[in-house]
Amino acid sequence: MSQAVVAKLKQEFSAAVVNTVEHRGEMTVTVNKNDIVAVCTFLRDSAGYNFLCDLCGVDYLGSEPRFMVVYNLYNIETKERLRIKAAVGEDDCCIDTVSGVWSTANWPERECWDMFGIAFNGHPDLRRILMPADWEGYPLRKDYPLQGPDRELYQGRLS
Amino acid sequence: MATKETMTINMGPQHPSTHGVLQLILELDGETVVKATPHIGFLHRGVEKLAENRSYHKALPLTDRLDYLAPMSNNLGYVLAVEKLLGITHEIPQRAKVVRVMMAELTRIKSHLVWLATHALDIGAMTVFIYCFRERELIMDMYEKLSGARMTSNYFRVGGLSEDLPEGFEQDVKNFIDAMPGHLKTYEGLLTGNAIWQKRTQGVGYISAEDAIDIGLTGPALRASGVDWDLRRDNPYTGYEEYDFEVVTRERGDTFDRYTARLDEMRESCKIIQQCLDRLEDGPILADNPGVCLPPKEKVLNSIEGLIHQFKLVTDGFKPEPGEIYQGIEAPKGELGYYMISDGSANPYRMKVRPPSFVNLQALPQMVEGSLLADVIATIGTLDIVLGEIDR
Amino acid sequence: MPEMLSLSNDPILFIAVMLAKILAVFVVLLLIVAYATYAERKIIGHMQTRLGPTMTGPLGLLQPIADGLKLFFKEDIIPAQASKVAFILAPMMILVPAFITVAVVPFGGDVVIGGYTVPLQIADLDVGILFILAMEGLGVYGIVLAGWASNNKYSLLGGIRSAAQVISYELAAGLSIVAVFMLAETLSLRGIVEAQSGSMFNWFVFSQPLAFCVFFITSVAEINRVPFDLPEAETELVSGFCTEYSSMKYALFFMAEYANMVVVAAVISTLFLGGPAGPFPGVINLLLKIFFFMFVLIWMRATFPRVRYDQLMFMGWKVFLPLALLNIVITGAVIVL
Repeated sequence: MSQAVVAKLKQEFSAAVVNTVEHRGEMTVTVNKNDIVAVCTFLRDSAGYNFLCDLCGVDYLGSEPRFMVVYNLYNIETKERLRIKAAVGEDDCCIDTVSGVWSTANWPERECWDMFGIAFNGHPDLRRILMPADWEGYPLRKDYPLQGPDRELYQGRLS
Repeated sequence: MATKETMTINMGPQHPSTHGVLQLILELDGETVVKATPHIGFLHRGVEKLAENRSYHKALPLTDRLDYLAPMSNNLGYVLAVEKLLGITHEIPQRAKVVRVMMAELTRIKSHLVWLATHALDIGAMTVFIYCFRERELIMDMYEKLSGARMTSNYFRVGGLSEDLPEGFEQDVKNFIDAMPGHLKTYEGLLTGNAIWQKRTQGVGYISAEDAIDIGLTGPALRASGVDWDLRRDNPYTGYEEYDFEVVTRERGDTFDRYTARLDEMRESCKIIQQCLDRLEDGPILADNPGVCLPPKEKVLNSIEGLIHQFKLVTDGFKPEPGEIYQGIEAPKGELGYYMISDGSANPYRMKVRPPSFVNLQALPQMVEGSLLADVIATIGTLDIVLGEIDR
Repeated sequence: MPEMLSLSNDPILFIAVMLAKILAVFVVLLLIVAYATYAERKIIGHMQTRLGPTMTGPLGLLQPIADGLKLFFKEDIIPAQASKVAFILAPMMILVPAFITVAVVPFGGDVVIGGYTVPLQIADLDVGILFILAMEGLGVYGIVLAGWASNNKYSLLGGIRSAAQVISYELAAGLSIVAVFMLAETLSLRGIVEAQSGSMFNWFVFSQPLAFCVFFITSVAEINRVPFDLPEAETELVSGFCTEYSSMKYALFFMAEYANMVVVAAVISTLFLGGPAGPFPGVINLLLKIFFFMFVLIWMRATFPRVRYDQLMFMGWKVFLPLALLNIVITGAVIVL
């Protein structure tokens, strides 16, 4: 079933779909970041993916483009999952918000901004959410030290 | 009335009814809430960052500190996610699956008991609080028997369970679920028919089914709005498809419906636990997969092979093939999801937790704006939030 | 019956007797207040499968004293931004009216001392019941003042809630007992007790059940007890008007709450249950009735959730007030016919 959706998506947005991967029975579609709102609106309205489970960022340090924004979608009617990904480069570290498509994207996008520094264009309230408002740096980036900035690495056992 | 002045009050992070360190900035016109802005993050511990720097086994104890009122559900979601990443979901022995379901349902009751206790206390019925904690204590004792810890149980393992059920445990569970329906009647006797309770909860914190889906509500909060969706039935995991239970839904989507829905959910959990007890057969509790599962303790202590095996697994860990998966389970508070990426090393490349409370709390402003200050308390209670998993 | 003792016929004896009565009532009231806290904790404890205090003294009987000592030795904090005079004045303004009210409650029949008749009542005011209502109304100034003087938004909300609540419920409470005056044809509490003398069935609770219910509920609201404890509402307003209070000032609020419970119990017993009438010597009867009502109040605290502000107002204005008025009309009609 989700294959059918992917096929439909490829047909509709042939330029936007970068590639598709299936792993452990889960479909992942990578799309062009400029088309993310259009793709999401299409998936919500035409494919029934009316529920955004989760939205998060991933830092693939060393590869180009550096970041991925991951959207885990769910279809409440058919009970199926689909994952959409969009690559975001370090230089142009922003992507359009999908909070207009699903209101639930609001806080996860804020968290993504907070943790990775990926800006969401058009977001209604893009502030830090988990870290203090005056925090510097983006903690979940791979080049951010685990112990925090300007601190010695913990010398004891880590388990 | 040319200008309307509002008063801003700061509810929390130290407030008895914000269920932890939630801060709400409320703009009040008299006692009517004009605007509510939640501020979170006071309990942020960087669980996701920590998990990236630990091997898969060692990241497990981080998870039961997320929703500390339902630790076993968090553990379950995590081990299921790792098993899926490894591709060993089908290797889990039957006994381990049954015990997992049983403990997950006991955890659901435990979590719902704390919800009912605090929710009732917030609205002012303090006797229910004590009664619920009395029953919760029994589940805590079972946890202690099982894992040695009352809250941070860390009992499940990737591939099965850490150890078998102790002697007499099944009897404890049996006694508990036999008594539970009577206790539920007591709570209902104190609250459901009470005119004040009804007035305080009916029509309060209303959210329609469409809005609930749009804002991402899950769990009992979504089902009370009339959306018939339960991951245990719709995307079954760890053998839930074999059990016979009802998915509790309600129509009106207010606080009272969420209250009755959760009470009925506890009854359904009792039914599932009874079925678990009937199905419990002797057998292995860990998958027969030496590359993933730790050897039993007596082997480690008595044989050099076992010791080397343990040493290799603990120091090196196991390395799932590169890929990414998302595993959602029906935690007591809603959909708990783990999105995990493996890059082929022994540490998760990325572990993203989708905490149900985080998303549910997002609905608070739209549920309370326009209602009274006292309704804010009731709505926070009915959303059943835990700041441990919101802030992570 | 000998002549009534008064200031004119034997001033020294009068003052002595008066002081003795005041002292006795005051001491008894303080004792009840102290042990009401103990009783509340014990009773609610047992209702909630707990034990209540057990460690201080036998059965925890010294707990009120321990509590008092603890509060007494705590640091007395006055917030820097608070309005100091009002902040200090407020707890007294709550406590004093609560204690004064007891003065008009008769706690027994007449006794003869030194050839004069002495009523077992501190002051038999002709307008006794109005005095009670006035004093209960005065208590609210303390709460409002405390809420305002604390310079804390939660306290202020508590104070506002309290003002609105007491004003609305005072009306209903006052109106509900008008029917009692109509039957007794007096405002003096002694007179009302006399009107109920004779058989137990002369008690107004039987002839005025509606007035009894309305007055009881509105009184509970007036003294801010559960389920009408909105000004405090610790889970909403974090103790409301007394958030900023500590040490002895907090203890005064605490005492006032329990003193108000005693007063309400005493007034209801007097108005509707024949006051000191009953099978035992007068004072004991009255105390038993007071204890009964206090038990009911404690019981309610263990049972009920808290009502909401708008619902409280709705009940006060649209349920209890019309009921009280209706009761007056019915009573009037019955008397005339």
